[in-house]
Amino acid sequence: MSTATSTPAGQPVNRIGLSKADYDGSKTTLCPGCGHNAITGGIIQAAWEAGLEPHRVAKLSGIGCSSKTPAYFLGHSHGFNAVHGRMPSIATGVHAANRDLLLIGVSGDGDTASIGLGQFCHLVRRNVPVVYIVENNGVYGLTKGQFSATADLGSTQKGGRANQLMPIDLCALAIELGCGFVARSFSGDQKQLRPLLKAAFAHPGTAVLDVISPCVTFADHEGSTKSYAAVKEHDAPLHDIDYVPYYEDITVDYEPGTMREVIMPDGSHVILKKLAEDYDPTDAALALRTLREAREEMKFVTGLLYVDTEARRFDDEMELGGEPLAGLPLERVRPPEQVLDAIMASYREGSAPVGAGGG
Amino acid sequence: MKPVVNDFSIHVATVNGSGSQTANNVLLRAIFQMGIPVSGKNLFPSNIAGLPTWFTIRASKDGWVARRGNHEILVVMNPETATQDVAGMGPGTVIVANEAIKFPELPEDRTVYRVPMAKLMEPITTDVKLRRLVVNMIYVGVLAELLGIEEAEVTRALNAQLGRKPKAMALNQAAVAAGMKHVREHLPKRDPYRVERMNQTAGRILIDGNTAGALGAMFAGVTVVTWYPITPSSSLVEALGGFLEKHRRDPATGKATYAVIQAEDEIAAVGMVLGAGWAGARAMTSTSGPGISLMAEFAGYGYYAEIPGVIWDIQRVGPSTGLPTRTAQADLTFVHQLSHGDTRFPVLLPGSVGECYEFAGAAFDLAERLQMPVFVLSDLDLGMNNWMSEPFAYPERPWDRGKVLDDESLAKVAKFERYRDVDGDGIPYRTLPGSKDWKGTYFTRGSGHDEAARYTEDPQAYVRNMDRLQRKLDTARGLVPAPEVSLTRGAEVGLVAFGSSHWALLEARAELAAAGVHASYLRVRGLPFHASVAEFVRQHPRVYVIEQNRDAQMASLLRTEVPERAANVRSVLHYDGLPLDAASVTGGVLAHESAAQGAAR
Repeated sequence: MSTATSTPAGQPVNRIGLSKADYDGSKTTLCPGCGHNAITGGIIQAAWEAGLEPHRVAKLSGIGCSSKTPAYFLGHSHGFNAVHGRMPSIATGVHAANRDLLLIGVSGDGDTASIGLGQFCHLVRRNVPVVYIVENNGVYGLTKGQFSATADLGSTQKGGRANQLMPIDLCALAIELGCGFVARSFSGDQKQLRPLLKAAFAHPGTAVLDVISPCVTFADHEGSTKSYAAVKEHDAPLHDIDYVPYYEDITVDYEPGTMREVIMPDGSHVILKKLAEDYDPTDAALALRTLREAREEMKFVTGLLYVDTEARRFDDEMELGGEPLAGLPLERVRPPEQVLDAIMASYREGSAPVGAGGG
Repeated sequence: MKPVVNDFSIHVATVNGSGSQTANNVLLRAIFQMGIPVSGKNLFPSNIAGLPTWFTIRASKDGWVARRGNHEILVVMNPETATQDVAGMGPGTVIVANEAIKFPELPEDRTVYRVPMAKLMEPITTDVKLRRLVVNMIYVGVLAELLGIEEAEVTRALNAQLGRKPKAMALNQAAVAAGMKHVREHLPKRDPYRVERMNQTAGRILIDGNTAGALGAMFAGVTVVTWYPITPSSSLVEALGGFLEKHRRDPATGKATYAVIQAEDEIAAVGMVLGAGWAGARAMTSTSGPGISLMAEFAGYGYYAEIPGVIWDIQRVGPSTGLPTRTAQADLTFVHQLSHGDTRFPVLLPGSVGECYEFAGAAFDLAERLQMPVFVLSDLDLGMNNWMSEPFAYPERPWDRGKVLDDESLAKVAKFERYRDVDGDGIPYRTLPGSKDWKGTYFTRGSGHDEAARYTEDPQAYVRNMDRLQRKLDTARGLVPAPEVSLTRGAEVGLVAFGSSHWALLEARAELAAAGVHASYLRVRGLPFHASVAEFVRQHPRVYVIEQNRDAQMASLLRTEVPERAANVRSVLHYDGLPLDAASVTGGVLAHESAAQGAAR
């Protein structure tokens, strides 16, 4: 059991006796109103509700605004802020060393869809168990306003230039590579995000969550397709949900099936409803078609797009099982002296394989 | 004519992919089994099949195993290079040629033995493909008979390689016998070269450096191995994978006690090593120069965030793609100072296959003790050629996992700060993810951090941290393998070398002594420099640094280490991609010495 902070009387605790405060992190240094802060809140809430043991979670990230967020949640879990675009390789190594850890990886659209595109693909192909969250704002938040590989055709930067390159759809790419859990959501949609996160925590392979997270500072202007206004206008959730404001911590709890009217920072009102209750997330071809159609209609399809829990597991491929490799004692990893003696005999006699090389 | 016994070099010119590798190793082994010191150098092209390849077998009664530039015996099996090959042979040398291959008439003072190989192969097999593969065994038989290599030893060597394939064994053996018979019946001996049984190889093994390194890693308890294929590194991980599969299964569950991951590139390979090392596993990767270039960013991350990992660089000729199948020692300064900003890494420099084995394990202990990436620099010559060695010793000591606080230890401390130097050696304590005590939790980052691992941009915190990292590296001086020093009393000349250059140095030192230059010799086995290196430089008025690169990399490090003696440090450089030979060393040193003499007058 973890050493829980003493819980003030009356605070709710989860199944392992921890309060939500035990899942909190440091204070955010991101811009006020940033979508990433809402996602952070969602992770805290989902982790608490799911009863995750903080010491069994490891938080990983690349470089970027979103990659800073692991410091802001699960302060009692070890964290690893890596180099730009290369968090998947770190995740793979961490998992190989200790398969008992639940890995939460946070990345951004630049970190994953530009520099990190290769590592993202190979992580998915290997099906390394990671909850891989892309906090997608369509621009490089930290490097001040350049386009990202996920920026939609025709969307404009603050300076007025329009993007002419095809966007990379990380969800479509993941499905194409055999990912067994692919979802898209919106940072302001906690009711949708939280259950997706909890399901991702339980998924035995790579779980990709592409979470649209409007950047207040660099994207919230007319013409950007990932601003609050744009998402509000085009968002087409697969399942009806209530819209919850994301510029505050989520503390409100409400009955499923109800509607919620919220006021956006720009003064507009939004109400969302459940759609497509009969969507089948086990059909990969359908998922890809849905995504393509949505792109053509300039909509953001949200929800659980595709799920397959039977995909081949990394651990089976590696024939890993039981205790983590990191904890194995010397006698389990140093073969006995007879083994070396026999090998030496083969190199004395020449019965060992010939040295490599040409010829 | 006076026989020349156990002192010659055979240069075999064939086509790669033709099975000559097997033939050459049979010859090598047979001589080795007769107790004669022997070495083999494979000069293969960057290709799968069809291009010229050369193999040199050197027999040396004095135990000299370095490559020689001149050869006594040439075997001509490749029509494409035949003219060039024979042109390189001097007076008194021997040419054994496939009769079908044409080359210009040679002076009388070269002995030429022509062998009708195609005719000899006819009764052995009619299969054209098999003939091409097995024909090389004809020259094995011819050389064996000419040189007096015992037939029983040839058979034994052949059996060791092919014993498990009776059909192949029979075919190859027949070809050997045919070659021997042809010599007995048609080629009277007209040259002086021969072998005679000695007892200099009793108990020894023949093994390549990469395989040795792989063994060392396995017995050191490696658990996570990552790699991307690259010549001449691939065979290390391939060998390691084979050993692990056979010897590292949990007897109860049958599960692997290791993971070998073929990454999509070298950046991913080193990232996986750091992730695994961070999580508490002994992790390593192996690559060559181009891969090291890719790993630079993560190496700096490992340095600054203080994460253990072992990275092998089996050096080849650069820059860029360079000569992938040629050897060099040109990554030294790059690796030692890898990455942007102020970084510096421990580098281990094995000079023998035995040290490849030993340093493989030492690297893990060092990496975990120092909490940083540690590099092991081998090269193609050491890694991919077969070398004689005493058998490797089973590790006596348990491993050193470094300063790790587990839950039990954490319970005893009031506070834990990841980067606090509590012991004064620059090395803090670390905790591992998965441990239960929340006191040990911290955030790892490549950005500025304070002693508690909190993000900070504070100037003083940055300076304190960088100074502590410097202290860590000073601690490393006493932990990396110390140099091997052989002092000659009163010597004015000190020779410095590292890695596989060692074998040419031993021979050159004897040649120099015969020429009246008595030199001390220091072989650097690790960076940062042990204190005795500066002492050696100060002790000798003239220091010659011999290395296999163009830019005098070791010499430049030495000059920085001992600045007041910088003018006394001179270079002998060899960088044509062929393994270092003694003559180049001797010639280079003597040239410096006569210049020094001239200057002194």
